[in-house]
Parts: sequence; structure tokens; C-alpha cells
Amino acid sequence: MGLNRVSSQQTADAQAQPAPPLSSGLEQPGGLKPKRTKLKSVGAAQSPLLGTAMFAPAALYILLLIGAPFAMAIFYAFSDARIGSTELHFVGLENFRSILQSPSFIKALENSIIFTVVAQIIVLVCGNILSIALEKPFRGRGMVRYLILLPWVAPVSLGTIGWKWILDSIYSVVTWVLVWLGFVNKYSPPMWLGQEGLAMASVILVHCWRLIPFSTVILLAGRTAIPKEIPEAAAIDGAGFWRTLFQINLPMMIPILGVATLFGTVFTFTDLAVVNILTNGGPYDSTQTLPNLAFTQGIQGSDLAAGAAISAFLVPVLVVIAYFMLRLAHRAEVG
Amino acid sequence: MAVVETRKLTKVFKEGELGAVNEVSLESREGEFLVFLGPSGSGKTTLLRMIAGLETPTAGEILIGGKVVNDLTPRERRIAMVFQSYALYPHLTVYKNIAFPLKAQKVPRNLHKEKVEWAASMLGIGALLDRKPRELSGGERQRVALARAIVREPAVFLLDEPLSNLDAKLRLSAREELERFHHRIGTTTIYVTHDQVEAMAMGDRIVVLNKGVVRQFATPKEVYDDPADTFVATFLGSPPMNLVENGDVIVGFRPEHFRLSETVHEEKVPFKFRVENVEYLGAEYILSGILLGGQLEGKKVIARLLLGQSFEVGTTYDFAVPERHLKFFDSTTEKKTEARALAWA
Repeated sequence: MGLNRVSSQQTADAQAQPAPPLSSGLEQPGGLKPKRTKLKSVGAAQSPLLGTAMFAPAALYILLLIGAPFAMAIFYAFSDARIGSTELHFVGLENFRSILQSPSFIKALENSIIFTVVAQIIVLVCGNILSIALEKPFRGRGMVRYLILLPWVAPVSLGTIGWKWILDSIYSVVTWVLVWLGFVNKYSPPMWLGQEGLAMASVILVHCWRLIPFSTVILLAGRTAIPKEIPEAAAIDGAGFWRTLFQINLPMMIPILGVATLFGTVFTFTDLAVVNILTNGGPYDSTQTLPNLAFTQGIQGSDLAAGAAISAFLVPVLVVIAYFMLRLAHRAEVG
Repeated sequence: MAVVETRKLTKVFKEGELGAVNEVSLESREGEFLVFLGPSGSGKTTLLRMIAGLETPTAGEILIGGKVVNDLTPRERRIAMVFQSYALYPHLTVYKNIAFPLKAQKVPRNLHKEKVEWAASMLGIGALLDRKPRELSGGERQRVALARAIVREPAVFLLDEPLSNLDAKLRLSAREELERFHHRIGTTTIYVTHDQVEAMAMGDRIVVLNKGVVRQFATPKEVYDDPADTFVATFLGSPPMNLVENGDVIVGFRPEHFRLSETVHEEKVPFKFRVENVEYLGAEYILSGILLGGQLEGKKVIARLLLGQSFEVGTTYDFAVPERHLKFFDSTTEKKTEARALAWA
């Protein structure tokens, strides 16, 4: 529409152009017209080229830094590439067949899903509680908001190293507090990262710690976007806190909840740092995840092809998740 | 149905500042259509929100049906409210919007359908029940909001500027409809507006508010004909009442009572009036100009005349106001005061 308008104006200007010879000094603005037309037509004539040129850096950036590695990874997944080997053969689906038979892979896939789903549920619940708590103004709210956002702005690796210490087998401050409170025997303390169930819980805990701030901020934005008369109307209609929350506020926040869940899912599902630093998949693969398995096998184990094939498994899963989340968000908006 | 009463109701939002509502005491009658009228910032909406239970009073009491309801939640007050924005639940259909109060107040499920259909038919929106609010026009939304309000058969109806989101034409028909609607259901209704025409047309009685204080609480006729102070005098009526300082009083008269002297056939007070501007509004003229002579020299006044005569700008005419239509206000307190003779010299 906008383009049409500009071009029709241009033609109008262009038609007006032959007139100046007849016009006197009175029509001074007319003298400016050709110049303006020229400027515009320069933009219009060059627009395919100029547009391409302006767009190129972004396109190149995406192609070279995201597209090329991605294509390479897909290619490796069908080859027998190894670090240090100069030979490369196309092996078809061999890599996929082999990783599907590996118990480590099955466990990693399982864990990735468990971690993501459980962490997302906890994150959404906590994010909601926090966003409700932070909605109404109170003394020091700005400070609290700032503190809550800190885990999100800190680098994952740093935060996770901190947690590694907190959950350490010897120096764990959590254990120390529990011993002091008398809940735990000093001589057989829980191995937060060394026992299967506890290690999984620890990984989930750190994921939650990292994602709750993000989810809180998004949900807070969603909550503030609800006109305040609507919960008020609900209060007058006789709805209590829970009914207003579950039948009015949350349904109205579905698009934003979808976005929060989508991002959270992708962040958790593809995260390498937390598992790698905390447990490196151990003990006995009990906290193994797809990204960590791909890293250990592909980079540390030199089997690039296997690593690529494992990573490639992430793609369809994430595509499906993203599709459903976006559809949910869209439907909530339209419906 | 119930009577709403406030006793010295006060709301101060920020300590140390002037209250938004200051010691407001008033009492409605059974089934009355009460209008809170005032400019923006007059505290009318805050007052309504306190009655609704959405705002906690700083001091004073609210009674509904003779019971102090200060500590009751909105739902326990058995009130219904229509918001300026209608506040329909956007993700629910019209049916579910109307049924929401029934669900929330745990009305047995088997009665829902019947009640929703009753409310919808009262407002003529029976055909819209499956739509979502965004598929409705402004007028339809307003009806849905009203239907949602009546479905629970409330003791008191609170309406917060429900017509201000409609365009002028629709507003008039919606106003008539609201009036008819009130006659039919007969529930005590409190209506907040800044529009004096709405207030005059709809109200059984009007509470005129300014700066959180009740300036006058009376029928539309009394408020218009016998304003309690200069604020009420100028807030109601368009153009507003002419106010002319005269010694220690302010003299007021309505533009429609300021007429050519020869057309006033009763006890009258004459004025010399020089016309400075003439506005032709189709059914009437609005003349603005100044008074001449003595203490009144140069005072700006407005006259509102039916068609029939013609007036020249710059010409001075003999005008007069019937004596019984002259109002007097104390020039310091601005409150209504005793009639007295005008000081000319």
C-alpha cells in the first residue's frame, strides 16, 4: 500500500515536471520538485540492488554462521567423519542406526525430555507465583525485580560452577545446613551430584534457577498487559483468587505463556553447559542429555559423525515443539 | 433491591495530600436512579469504586441495605458493576461471559442456561451468545456487560460511565434504553458520568461532586434551577450560567433567561447588553457580549435565544432577566445566598 502510494505520487510528480518552463518565479516550490523526484527515483530504480546490498550482511551472517555449520552438521551425520581423519565417506543412515541402538543415546533422549518437561512445569509455576507477587507495587520492588533477574544475566557456565560448589560432595553448603539442622547424618551425607535421583533433581534445579527469572519477566509483562478492569470485573462477579487466576488471567495469558514455554523448552533442551559442568552426564549416564552426548562423542570422542547424528535428532523435535507453541500462541490471539 | 448509604466516606490516596473523596455522606432511595456527576478528578469514580468494594475507604462507612459492608468483598456486597471499558472477558463467548457470575457465585448449573437466556433476552442479544466480545460492536458489548450485570439479580447496580465509549448517535439510543431498562428491573442504580446532559436526563437525583466534596445532592430540576453554589451553577447547563460580581455577591442567571426586555412580561431586572459575537446553532442563537453601565460595565455574559429576532454585532440592546430567575451567591464562600437588590452605581 505504502509503496503504491509513493510510486503514484512519483508519476504525478513526473507528469508535473514538463510544466516549469511556463511557470514564473511564483511557483518556486515547483522548482524543488524535480530534485525531489530525482532523489526518489534514484531510490526506486536502485531499490532491487540497493535493497539486496543492505540486506546482504544479515543474510551472509545467517548463512555463514548458522546455515553453513548447520548444513555441515547434517552432512556429517550421513558420513563417517572423524577428527584427525582425512577420509570422508557417505554412509547413509548408518550413524542413525548405530546411535539408535546405543543405550546411552536412548537414556540421553529420555533425560532431555524429562529435564525439559519437569523444569518447564516448575518454571511456569514459580514464574507465575513470582509475577503475581511482583505485580503490585511494594517497597523495594525494583530491587527484588533486579535480584530475580540476576541468574538470567549471569553466564550459564559461571552460575553452574557456583552450583557445582553448592552441591559439592565434600564442601556442599546445602549438606552443611542440613547436618546443622539435624536432617542429615554427617557421616553419610547425600551425594547431590553422585546419586542417580539426586543428580537428576540437581540438574533440574539448576535449569529452573536459570529460567525462572526469564519466565517471570515474560509472565509479568503478560500479566500487566491485562486491563485492570478485567480482574476487577471478575472480583465483582464473585470470582475468588483461584477462579480469577485459572479462568480469567491465565487463559488471557496463553499467548505469552506459549512464548515463555517455547523459549524455556528450547533453552533447556539444547543446553550443554549445565549438565556438562555439573555431572558430565554421570553417574552412569543417569543425567546424560542429547547435547552433552553429542559433545562427548563428537568432539571429545573424535567421532564427528556420531555427534552430528545425535545433534540432528534435536532438530525435528524442536521444530515440532516450535510449531505447536506458535500455533497455540496464534490461536489464543485470534480465538 | 437495597438502599446505598455512605457516612463520612473518605479516601486519601497519598498521605498528606487532599483526599480524592472527602467525608461524603449520602443516602439513596429504594430503586432510585442516582447519578454521580462531576468533572474528571472530582472523585466520582473513586466513590463508586469504594461502594463496589474495589477501593478501601480511608475513613467512613458504606451501608448497603442497612448493613455496613466496609469489610465485605465485592461479591458479598451483592452488587453488579458495568465498567467504562465494559471489561468483558475476551477469551469467553458472550454466553460464558454472562454465565460467569453464576458460576462464580455457585448458582446450580442447571439454572445457568435459563438465567443467561433471560438476561440476554432482556437486552436483545439472544442471537449473539456464541460470539466472542471482539466480534461485537460497541453497543452490543455494552449490552453484554449489562446482561452480565443483571444475570445474578444484584441488590445494587453500579455503572461507571457506560456510555462514554459509544459514538454520539448510539449514545442517545443507549441512554434511552438504559432508562427503560432501569424502569423494568427497578434495581437501585448508581450511575457515574461527567456528562451533565446524561445526568439531567437519567437521574432521579444527582450528586454533584467536585474535588471529592458533594456540592449538591438534589433532583435534576433543583440542581439546574437552584444551584447550591457557583460550581454547580456553571457545571450544569450549556452554555453555563452567567455569573456577574456585584458588590459582595455574585449574581447568576441562565443564558436562556437573559432575553430582550420587551419579551419579558413580569418583574424584571433590565440590563444593557452589547453583542460581540453571534453563533447560529440552527434552533437558537448564542449571543456573547458585555454588559454596560455602572458596576456591571464590561462583564461578559451569554444569552441564548430562540430564532425570531436578528442581532447585529456591536449593537447595544435592552435586555432583561425575570427577577425570579436571578440567583445570588456569596462572593467569598460562593454558596447560595439571599436575594437582594442589585447595586448599580
